[in-house]
Amino acid sequence: MHVYLDNAATTKVSTAAFRAMEPYFTEQYGNPSSLYAFGQKAHEAITEARERIATLLHCEPREITFTSGGSEADTQAIRSAAQWGAKRGKRHIVSTKFEHHAVLHTLESLQKEGFTVTLIDVHEDGIVRPEEVAAAIQEDTCLVSVMTANNEIGTIQPVEEIGKICREKGVLFHTDAVQAVGHIPMDVKKQQIDFLSLSAHKFHGPKGVGALIARKDIPLLSIIEGGAQERGRRAGTENVPAIVGMAEALEEACRKLEENGQKMAALRDRLTQGLLQIPHSVLNGDAEKRLPGHVNVCFEGIEGESLLLLLDEKGICASSGSACTSGSLEPSHVLLAIGRPHEIAHGSLRLTLSEETTPQEIDYTVEAVTQVVQYLRGMSPVWRDLVNGKQPFVIQ
Amino acid sequence: MALYSEKVMDHFRHPRNVGVIENADGIGEVGNARCGDIMKIYLKIENNVIADVKFETFGCGSAIASSSMATELIKGQPVSEAMKLTNKAVAEALDGLPAHKLHCSVLAEEAIKKALQDYADKQGVELEGLCLPEETACPACCGAPV
Ligand SMILES: Cc1ncc(COP(=O)(O)O)c(C=O)c1O
Ligand SMILES: [Zn+2]
Repeated sequence: MHVYLDNAATTKVSTAAFRAMEPYFTEQYGNPSSLYAFGQKAHEAITEARERIATLLHCEPREITFTSGGSEADTQAIRSAAQWGAKRGKRHIVSTKFEHHAVLHTLESLQKEGFTVTLIDVHEDGIVRPEEVAAAIQEDTCLVSVMTANNEIGTIQPVEEIGKICREKGVLFHTDAVQAVGHIPMDVKKQQIDFLSLSAHKFHGPKGVGALIARKDIPLLSIIEGGAQERGRRAGTENVPAIVGMAEALEEACRKLEENGQKMAALRDRLTQGLLQIPHSVLNGDAEKRLPGHVNVCFEGIEGESLLLLLDEKGICASSGSACTSGSLEPSHVLLAIGRPHEIAHGSLRLTLSEETTPQEIDYTVEAVTQVVQYLRGMSPVWRDLVNGKQPFVIQ
Repeated sequence: MALYSEKVMDHFRHPRNVGVIENADGIGEVGNARCGDIMKIYLKIENNVIADVKFETFGCGSAIASSSMATELIKGQPVSEAMKLTNKAVAEALDGLPAHKLHCSVLAEEAIKKALQDYADKQGVELEGLCLPEETACPACCGAPV
């Protein structure tokens, strides 16, 4: 059985998106910047995609800048806000401890350039408290950046409340909505979002394309210099097929959002319940305020990479926040941020569903994980010490 | 995953010598759970020969494979030979490990040396030439390069 449960990492391109893209590779391959009609056809395709996305997310078409994906959109949003702030003598940024590295590493660079950053706590449930955002805002704060949904544990943040606070205090608000767009309702206007990052490959669009939505009265800093594409805010010949595919995928995702969400949430809960039958396991992040397809569980006494490798043997694609899977030696900063001790964070498993996930796949996965965890515990000296009472269990 | 050699995957999938030895003549445990790898080696020594060896490991694929390979390399060997085991020999026998996983083979060497030291201490003998590696700085905790 081949079971793909890593949809937070990336998704399959939908048939509709794939079909929509096809003509732009071999037929309508003109350069959108070219003057002749053949090039203008490609330009029209981009314009149409921009309009469709604007309608779906409730912004104006000109507020959308196409990028190479989520990382670029995050970088551009934060750097633009920082530039806006610096001009006003505001060099303080508020963000959270569990942002994606695209955000955290950009903030680290800005710190070296003289900005100060406050990373607020995300609590054990993986939810930011709006009042703590409000309290962290200072006289010289230019930006608040809080992700809409966390990529590792799937928790959904009170974006609208935070947007309101920021608007009242005259601070720019960026949200990395890469995991959220196409999965939960998003409304840039209503949620009072100044900057929103999205990435197509998380909602069945192609990889390497995304967008930054930025309120029209805020100047964007261009990260990539060159031609005047994207109204001078992002140089480089547009990836026309990808942009078309992204719009198609997003439209489909939004159209089926409720139906797919309900279906996935039911399977997600079935999966969670099945996994929590394993003794000394715990769900990471709030059980309700989470994406419909996200499950993240820690198992005491085992390490995540060996778990992933054995699941791979059984045809299951999953991921983990263990140090050994990240290429570094530190376990996931997200799991540490919600207060999991290192030894527990090493034993995490993230399973993320799509609307194509079946109950059979879920049941197969629960059985496989149960077996593998038991097997690995059987050879773990940590588990032996726990069972023999030499060490207290952290997860009851 | 092409991260690991076939040898590593073989020892990971089918680890040799997993388990514990009751009343072992020497036990060595290294690593800590904070860093994500713990190895425990049990030795049964008869007439200065490693008559039996078992291991328990909490850790990644290469940690499990390294423990398995290290036990294979010393099983049946005279103590004087087992003492000379190096992490390099373990990694080589596994057809190599990714650079950031070499610490797993270091742990395997250390666990075995610690178990031999424990044996020597229990016997009240000195194993000449057994150099216990210094308490290795844990790269995860200290940020030291691996
Ligand atoms: C929350 C979040 N932000 C940003 C990114 C980066 O997106 P991309 O891979 O499109 O650069 C990802 C995806 O890995 C993500 O999950
Ligand atoms: Zn490891």
